[in-house]
Amino acid sequence: MAVAKDDVMWIEEPEMGFWEMTFLPAILDGLKTTIRHVTHYDPVTQQYPEEKPSLPLHYRGVHRLNRDEKGRVKCVACMLCATACPADCISIEASAAPPDWPDRDKFPATFVLDELRCIYCGMCEEACPVDAIELTHIYDLTGETRESMRFDREKLLAVYDKTKDDPRDPLRTRRGKLGPAADFGTLPTVAPATQVTAGDRSAQSTAPGTIHTYNNPRPFDDPGGAT
Amino acid sequence: MDAILEYIPKELITTLVTIAVVVGVTLGVISYLILLERKLSAWMQDRRGPNRVGPMGIFQPLADGAKFLLKEEVTPAGADKVLFYAAPGIGFMTTMLAFSVVPFGPVGVEGIPWFVRFLIAPDVNIGIVFIFAITSLSVYGVILGGWASNNKYSALGSLRASAQVISYEIPLGMSILGIALLGSTLDINTLLMQQTGSFWDWYFWTQPLACLIFFTSALAEANRLPFDLSECEQELVGGFHTEYSSMKFALFFLGEYAHVILTSFLTSILFFGGWHFPWIATPESAYTGAWVVKIGVLLFKVGMVIVFIMLLRWTIPRFRFDQLMNLSWKALIPLSLANMVAVMTVLQFGWDRWWLTPISLGLFAVAGLISVAMKRAEIRHRPSAAELAHQFAT
Ligand code: SF4
Ligand code: SF4
Repeated sequence: MAVAKDDVMWIEEPEMGFWEMTFLPAILDGLKTTIRHVTHYDPVTQQYPEEKPSLPLHYRGVHRLNRDEKGRVKCVACMLCATACPADCISIEASAAPPDWPDRDKFPATFVLDELRCIYCGMCEEACPVDAIELTHIYDLTGETRESMRFDREKLLAVYDKTKDDPRDPLRTRRGKLGPAADFGTLPTVAPATQVTAGDRSAQSTAPGTIHTYNNPRPFDDPGGAT
Repeated sequence: MDAILEYIPKELITTLVTIAVVVGVTLGVISYLILLERKLSAWMQDRRGPNRVGPMGIFQPLADGAKFLLKEEVTPAGADKVLFYAAPGIGFMTTMLAFSVVPFGPVGVEGIPWFVRFLIAPDVNIGIVFIFAITSLSVYGVILGGWASNNKYSALGSLRASAQVISYEIPLGMSILGIALLGSTLDINTLLMQQTGSFWDWYFWTQPLACLIFFTSALAEANRLPFDLSECEQELVGGFHTEYSSMKFALFFLGEYAHVILTSFLTSILFFGGWHFPWIATPESAYTGAWVVKIGVLLFKVGMVIVFIMLLRWTIPRFRFDQLMNLSWKALIPLSLANMVAVMTVLQFGWDRWWLTPISLGLFAVAGLISVAMKRAEIRHRPSAAELAHQFAT
């Protein structure tokens, strides 16, 4: 595509004076900057294994499967996450829910998520209608075998148990309290997986699912995250 | 022991001991200079630098050395084996040879053990010429290494590097000629002794322009930033040493660092009075251990120059190749010629030496004014942005 003529801006080369031509002042200026960095030494390096990075609240790490208020897996085996997943790494086998689970028809008999195939896009979290699957801040995931990286239902629930009290992975359901699985019709919408700041255009849209975070501090500035 | 000593000339022992000291100390210092450089670079860039091996990373050079030794030696297929193996050695050896005429302490003073002399080869009355002759041989290491690698990129890199080294050889030599004329000698130690009268005898004061030219060209000779086009670690395919690995590669680096040290020694000896410092270290200072202080003063000056070179590395962006050539052929060579003529004039007509200071500064100013005028003329002769915009629009 040709550039529109109005879009072209012509700029004159700035004229160089005597001192600029000799380059000495520029070199001195540069030296001053360089030396200032040595005298006012303030490294930004994080010493990783000892110093953990402070991650933004919307960081997308290892998944967890949330529990409802009775401690049962919250997932209703609707397959929305598996459908939404671009990496095709979730495999769920649904079965009929036990009769004493009145809030749902199905639950996942098996739920396997391949953390090696996952691209940590967060689509599953966005898709889940009952906020059953969420991505946590855990980023240093390792395993010795491929099999050990295929997280099954119990392992994902264990991740939930491990992270639910962590300020970096707050419960997003029911404003931080555990709730039943099928209450999404009565609940007000909660923050989406990826929080948007007030200035963001998507935060101003009227579409359901976006939450204005005027009162929340920006997650990046969260001082509590650096533990 | 004494019986054996009788049959060996003392001179030989002194020379051998001094060589051992110089080579050993230089190599040890180089490895820690590399650590210092990495640390300084890190500080300048708000990083931490190597800090894992030992406290503050002080064992990093050992780890580096072990790594260099244990790495696989790769010799590319089709490489000219003999030249490929010889090239790093040539580069390193020639630079180390130059150290033989550099006085690294006060020569010929009392109180020094007889087997140390602070100068490997005394009474070489062509010291400076020897240094330039020997160090310019290091370009063979560059060009042979690049050519023998059987790799286009290495060959191109070596052409680039040798063009640079040869171009800067000229101003490097000519900037020193002024001092050689003033001191009417080429012996480095004599030149040093001439500056030990007082603070104002340092050649820097009468030859500031020569100092600038010498330092700039020496940086280019040593392939240091901002003239490290031969390496271009960051953006080009290596350079002449693309195909080198493990210890052969390390030798090229040792050569570069030895060159930096040599440059710093020469700068501090030729322009900043060597081991002389008013009141602290003068030829008259006779207190015990004066020679230690003198070495300390010299090493301090050398250290300052080295740190300055490292600071420059992260201050000035690298030159483009045409800028590099322009700087040498259009600025440094004419300037050093003019400087030499000025020295000759002053000597011929027996003027006071201090005339050289304003003349040097004047030459520098004239060079700056000429380049401003040339740039202005160039700008005047090319269409302005407004005209271009007009052409573009119609
Ligand atoms: S984060 Fe993305 S890739 Fe990973 S399981 Fe969820 S939807 Fe699939
Ligand atoms: S995790 Fe959520 S989206 Fe996935 S099957 Fe369960 S309820 Fe559906």
